[in-house]
Amino acid sequence: MLKSETVRTHRYFSISAGVAIIPIVMVGIGGLIPLVYLLAKAFSAEGTALVQIVFRWRNARLFLNTLLLTAGVLALDLLLVTPAAWLTTRMQLRGRRFFTVLCALPLAIPGYVMAYALLALGGNTGIVAQLFGTSIPRLSGYPGALLALSAYTSPYLFLNLRTALLGLDPSLEESARSLGYKPYETFFSVVLPQLRPAFYASGLLISLHVLGDFGVVSLMRYETFSYALYTEYMLSFEHIYAAWLALMLLAFTGCLLYLEAKLLNNVTFHRTGRGPSRQSPETQLGAWRFPAYTYLSLLTFITVGVPASAVMLWMFRGLNMSALEGLWAALIGSLSMAIPTGVLCALLAIPFAYISVRYPSRISNALARIGYVVYAIPPLAFALSLIFFLLNTAAFIYKTLPVLIYACTLHFLAEAIGPVRSSLYQASPNLEEAARSLGYSRIQAFFRTLFPILMRGMFTATALVFLATMKELPLTFLLSPAGYETLALNVWSYTTEAMFAEAAPYALAILFFSGIFIAVLTRHEART
Amino acid sequence: MFNNRSRLFNYVLPILILFTLMGTVHAETLTVYSGRSKSLVEPIIKQFEKETGIEVKVSYANTTQLAATLLTEGDKSPAALFWAQDAGALGAVSKKAMFDKLPESILSKVPASFRDADGFWVATSGRARVLAYSPERVKAEELPKSIFDLTQPMWKGRVGWAPTNASFQAFVTALRVQVGEEKTEEWLRGMKANDVKKYAKNTPIIEALAAGEIDLGLPNHYYLLRFKKGNSKFPAAQTFFKANDPGNLVNVAGIGLLKSSKNKDAALKFVDFLLSAKAQQYFTSDVFEYPVIEGVIPNANLVPLSELLQLAPTFNLNEMDDLDGTVSLLRRVEIL
Repeated sequence: MLKSETVRTHRYFSISAGVAIIPIVMVGIGGLIPLVYLLAKAFSAEGTALVQIVFRWRNARLFLNTLLLTAGVLALDLLLVTPAAWLTTRMQLRGRRFFTVLCALPLAIPGYVMAYALLALGGNTGIVAQLFGTSIPRLSGYPGALLALSAYTSPYLFLNLRTALLGLDPSLEESARSLGYKPYETFFSVVLPQLRPAFYASGLLISLHVLGDFGVVSLMRYETFSYALYTEYMLSFEHIYAAWLALMLLAFTGCLLYLEAKLLNNVTFHRTGRGPSRQSPETQLGAWRFPAYTYLSLLTFITVGVPASAVMLWMFRGLNMSALEGLWAALIGSLSMAIPTGVLCALLAIPFAYISVRYPSRISNALARIGYVVYAIPPLAFALSLIFFLLNTAAFIYKTLPVLIYACTLHFLAEAIGPVRSSLYQASPNLEEAARSLGYSRIQAFFRTLFPILMRGMFTATALVFLATMKELPLTFLLSPAGYETLALNVWSYTTEAMFAEAAPYALAILFFSGIFIAVLTRHEART
Repeated sequence: MFNNRSRLFNYVLPILILFTLMGTVHAETLTVYSGRSKSLVEPIIKQFEKETGIEVKVSYANTTQLAATLLTEGDKSPAALFWAQDAGALGAVSKKAMFDKLPESILSKVPASFRDADGFWVATSGRARVLAYSPERVKAEELPKSIFDLTQPMWKGRVGWAPTNASFQAFVTALRVQVGEEKTEEWLRGMKANDVKKYAKNTPIIEALAAGEIDLGLPNHYYLLRFKKGNSKFPAAQTFFKANDPGNLVNVAGIGLLKSSKNKDAALKFVDFLLSAKAQQYFTSDVFEYPVIEGVIPNANLVPLSELLQLAPTFNLNEMDDLDGTVSLLRRVEIL
């Protein structure tokens, strides 16, 4: 039943593929604007300066650092998060929802806040020294960046795995067990292989995060390629050389996408059995309960407990009430960009996921990955290109909320594709065919059969994008209407000026509303 | 259905249009691009709104990003004013001839060292580079007298700086003007060989100092004061190098009027307000910066302005516009 054969390939793009292609082309065109802009900038560079800035050995070293960090974060996330996803979906565990929310919550914590919090643990005046009287060395360099980024990216893997695990057909595992496989053998030879699409999708996202991160690595004093890129954006006003570095980053992203496509090639993981699918039964943990709780508590203590308590400490260090005045406006601002962006991304992700799963071919694979390419364009370049484009075509919508939402949607689309694709992999094309044979059109068949199955993935997608948008900075900086406020802008503004007490309520508001969102989401998931 | 539609046309749309119109005819508005943090300047902007009835819409972002935005927008910019964190960004926008000359009535309020020589921008507050240190680990008599002492072996691995920070780069530019290219490069290499630690910005320098990671740091003067405001026992202190040392550089935040501005009167009122005694008092009392006009009650936590100006190396801010040269030097030495 776990087939590796090719899905029945359609020799021509049918109408439904045609419908799916329209939004993809639109996203492609949207992504083309910054790309053309980058290329135009890049080719106005001067030779000598180009060599001095772009093609120097130091950049290669920085790239190597980036690779080491990416590999490390992927490995650590894999080790830490896979058991958590398993425990919270398959085991009878008191407080399962609670731990699910906690495992997803690091998404609500801006990377630099995570780094500040981990840094605050060590040193003479660190939290550990204050609590226990002996100081531990401060985290920095590779271990510091590794820990902060792993904690910060872990929910991407957790949520993707969760969606996949919840959608697995238990009959496969039951067959394996009936054939005499032990539980752990079943896990390794039956369950894990089926999770591959989820691993790849989240691996890709995590890698892109590590590649693009500057906040964490700069605070942890570990220099990666984005250090060179960001420095260039900070120092020059023209961004000609930055464009070169951005293109190099895009080329590297292209390699990653190629790799992922190769790995995913020709895998199908949908059920072929008859009858309605069932939820996997929950296993009793028995004596394993204690280690399971210990592990979950430790994990979430590091990823959520440490940063949340650091923010609390900031707050108690002396809160200035006047800093609270803007809280309401900032909250409304954050929500009114994050909610539409989340929903739009989830909807837009469907065609991307659909053509790559149902019409696997070189072209559809390439098309489906456009979203990731757009994601890898440095947001600053993206915003500036959009400014240039809008002012010369439709100046009246420049600096309006719809433009900001448009930019965020395009940028964060990649985060939505993975979960939607994972859930689509589990839906058999037979369903659509059956609906077709009952006289529904392709599009009707899609909405009658696939859409309900996709809901789970779409909820995860909405959540991922919502949480990412709540923390968004560079696009908001340059594209939001003048006077527009968000929670993230305030956190950033106060922390850069070392006004941590004032930043705390805004950071807590992000945590709180993201937490509610995740809680609602997991509740809904449990019902579908 | 028909009924709904007519209701839409009869009531809802006119109301929406009315609201939109109300939005546009609402009192005077002024759009400001501010590279200065919201956390620092919002109270004084609110004060301006209250006094004049002019509504100020602010886009807050990093100074460099805003300069890049302005250069991209060109004469289509919706902004009336650009308020920058450092003189370098103002220079870049000024070079593209995007600023209007400020009237003499405004320029004459500040000393010559606090404005653009051609009158395209004016400083709104000043800040100094200082030597921050750990009083537990560095004795007063050990304190280095000059930045050139920091390359001595006794400071190996004990000093922190923030080379991507604009203020640090302004300091290196000043150093090049003051002691020459060669000596600057020698010093930078010396510092690197002495294992100077790189931080992302000024705040982490202060935190590292308190945590015991470093014993000396080269930040701007106001960060430590903000830490001390929250916790008077915060374990770090700061001082200046000897008089005229490049390490005591005074730099400014400043503002310029954009040519594309549609509301120049209101914009100039705003600039005028920032140079008023009230606004200047706020900058020094609440934000711990230096005023740029006379007649402001000094902040007791700051070295008085007159004393600072004696300690600081003297510069024409226009001499310091070669950021490119500084950056390529820092690249050559592989600090960036």
